[in-house]
Amino acid sequence: MKKTMYDKIWDAHFVCQADGQAPLLYVDRHLMHEVTSPQAFEGLRNANRKVRNPHSILATMDHCVPTKNRDLPIADPIARKQIETMAENCAENGLNLYDMESPDNGVIHVVVPEHGFVHPGMVVVCGDSHTATHGAFGALAFGIGTSEVEHVMATQTLPQQKSKTMLVKVEGTLSKHCTAKDIALAIIGVTGTAGGTGYVMEYAGNAIEALSMEGRMTVCNMAIEAGARAGMIAPDQKTFDFIEGKEFAPKGEQWDQAVSYWKSIVSDEGAEYDTVLTLKAEDISPQVTWGTSPEQVVGVNEVVPAPASFTDAGKSLACEGALKYMDLEANTKMTDINIDYVFLGSCTNGRIEDFRDAAQMAKGTTVAQGVTAIAVPGSFHVKIQAEKEGLDKIFIDAGWEWREPGCSMCLAMNGDELKDGQRCASTSNRNFEGRQGKGGRTHLVSPAMAAAAAAAGHFVDISKIG
Amino acid sequence: MEAYKKHESIAALMNRSNVDTDQIIPKQFLKKVERSGFGVHLFHDWRYNDDGVTENPDFELNKAAFKGAKVLVVGDNFGCGSSREHAPWAIADYGFNTIISTSYADIFYSNCFKNGILAIKVSPEQLAALMDEINANEGASFVVDLEQQQVTTPAGNGFKFEVDPFRKDNLLGGFDDIGLTLKQGAEITAFEEKHKQNFPWLWA
Repeated sequence: MKKTMYDKIWDAHFVCQADGQAPLLYVDRHLMHEVTSPQAFEGLRNANRKVRNPHSILATMDHCVPTKNRDLPIADPIARKQIETMAENCAENGLNLYDMESPDNGVIHVVVPEHGFVHPGMVVVCGDSHTATHGAFGALAFGIGTSEVEHVMATQTLPQQKSKTMLVKVEGTLSKHCTAKDIALAIIGVTGTAGGTGYVMEYAGNAIEALSMEGRMTVCNMAIEAGARAGMIAPDQKTFDFIEGKEFAPKGEQWDQAVSYWKSIVSDEGAEYDTVLTLKAEDISPQVTWGTSPEQVVGVNEVVPAPASFTDAGKSLACEGALKYMDLEANTKMTDINIDYVFLGSCTNGRIEDFRDAAQMAKGTTVAQGVTAIAVPGSFHVKIQAEKEGLDKIFIDAGWEWREPGCSMCLAMNGDELKDGQRCASTSNRNFEGRQGKGGRTHLVSPAMAAAAAAAGHFVDISKIG
Repeated sequence: MEAYKKHESIAALMNRSNVDTDQIIPKQFLKKVERSGFGVHLFHDWRYNDDGVTENPDFELNKAAFKGAKVLVVGDNFGCGSSREHAPWAIADYGFNTIISTSYADIFYSNCFKNGILAIKVSPEQLAALMDEINANEGASFVVDLEQQQVTTPAGNGFKFEVDPFRKDNLLGGFDDIGLTLKQGAEITAFEEKHKQNFPWLWA
């Protein structure tokens, strides 16, 4: 029988299925951060259990870390306790932790690939819904809850039901200034936030193949925003080149062995999927969300939709609620929407390519009056690379703040947040009510779109820029 | 985990779709290192006035008729977004042990069952009937019988529901999932040995 990549990875990790229980799936890599792990360690301690494979774990501190004045103690005592608890738990269990002082510190889904910790064909989990990022390497990577974090630490396995498969093909060539982020948002615009529920998505087609590894990570990162369990992309030479030579990459003879295995895990020609969705890259314009769900998205050259434009009663009601929360009138041109804040960063768009894209757009501009723009690299490695290339100067000269790495305003746990009523062009992944601060209004965009909006003070149709 | 027992309880209604886990438990409450005490923060931004303390009378769950409810009836795609298990911790700590909706986000669904919460899936028509019934009779009590996979309502909108047998057994028995998996310890060890031989670079 012809198999998809998902089938092959599943089969290679199926341990057993006891009577009346779900299949057990073996886990190769377990990623951790400070927010979703402390209760799991506590559970482990209470049950007198040990971490089964400490070497399978890589941990970082990212959600609560400050992006400025990193030399000072964290002001919020509860956040400080969480950070300290992470350090204690990792030390007690002998886990590899990139703590706040480490030169390798950064957002978990940015630092893990920097070290070659995830390879094609692996099963990868993390107590974080954006774990799907690592599907860009041809791994089965998905987010789990804290009880499952404990389960994996104790058993190196997870009871799992097999998902359905969806092939998402993006064919053609992206227009100038359109990026992986626009592909990701356009897909969610079609599927909706529940369209992928119960599925693992495999992204394919020549527009996906043409993406860099950074771009592929951006696309897979947002699989969860379509409701999918995971997103994945077949590994190819770009994937192998990215991993080769990194700290956790296979070495010597094992490298050849590994590459030969990785080549074998791609979906068989003619393998069947439960659902197939096809998009044309040429049809994708720079995307902007207008509402409070990532599916509420349009091209920047379009207008804010009216509730009556939706045939589905639920979506119409949701549109009405979103317009109220976002303080937007139906039929307003997206390019007429003024912003107060710009956030560049996150596990979606916090990689070097994102900073290059944004810097290209920011070069020689000045942040519009009344707008605050912050650039938050996804890791210290991204920050240092950007500084080597002089990108920090471009941002600073344009009036941006150049910060230290962390999750920052993607979920606003660390004190970087919007004030009530402020409107933000954000390169992050969720525009939920209050996500970036109570009463804050988030519009999801690509890095280039964010930089253009910072200079203009409103959204700009960058496809018209030469 | 406490075993799930047949019960008769008030069913509260929240007619909202795509309720995300950021709404269920906003990020400022995720900094604790304990599992308990999240109920007071459930739906914080909707539930409280701007002072963060006094109740917003317009929020559904603040209605007197819904106080003490154990059953929560909600719109489609409940629990989407972040994987935070703080969401089911808050729901359980508030007092709910049953959710009825047409659909749930995958991670949230799984998290519910790990915390003694039965998440029931119904058809859009069934959900509409239940919502109508609660709207007409706020404070109505539903009987939820997991063993028989049956919900009964005063107006006769009861129904049978499907649930994975293993999730059902674990909920009814209040079993520790990890304990159950560790019974397969020999299989896991054997698998791991084979996996090490096939993929030696994973252990290098």
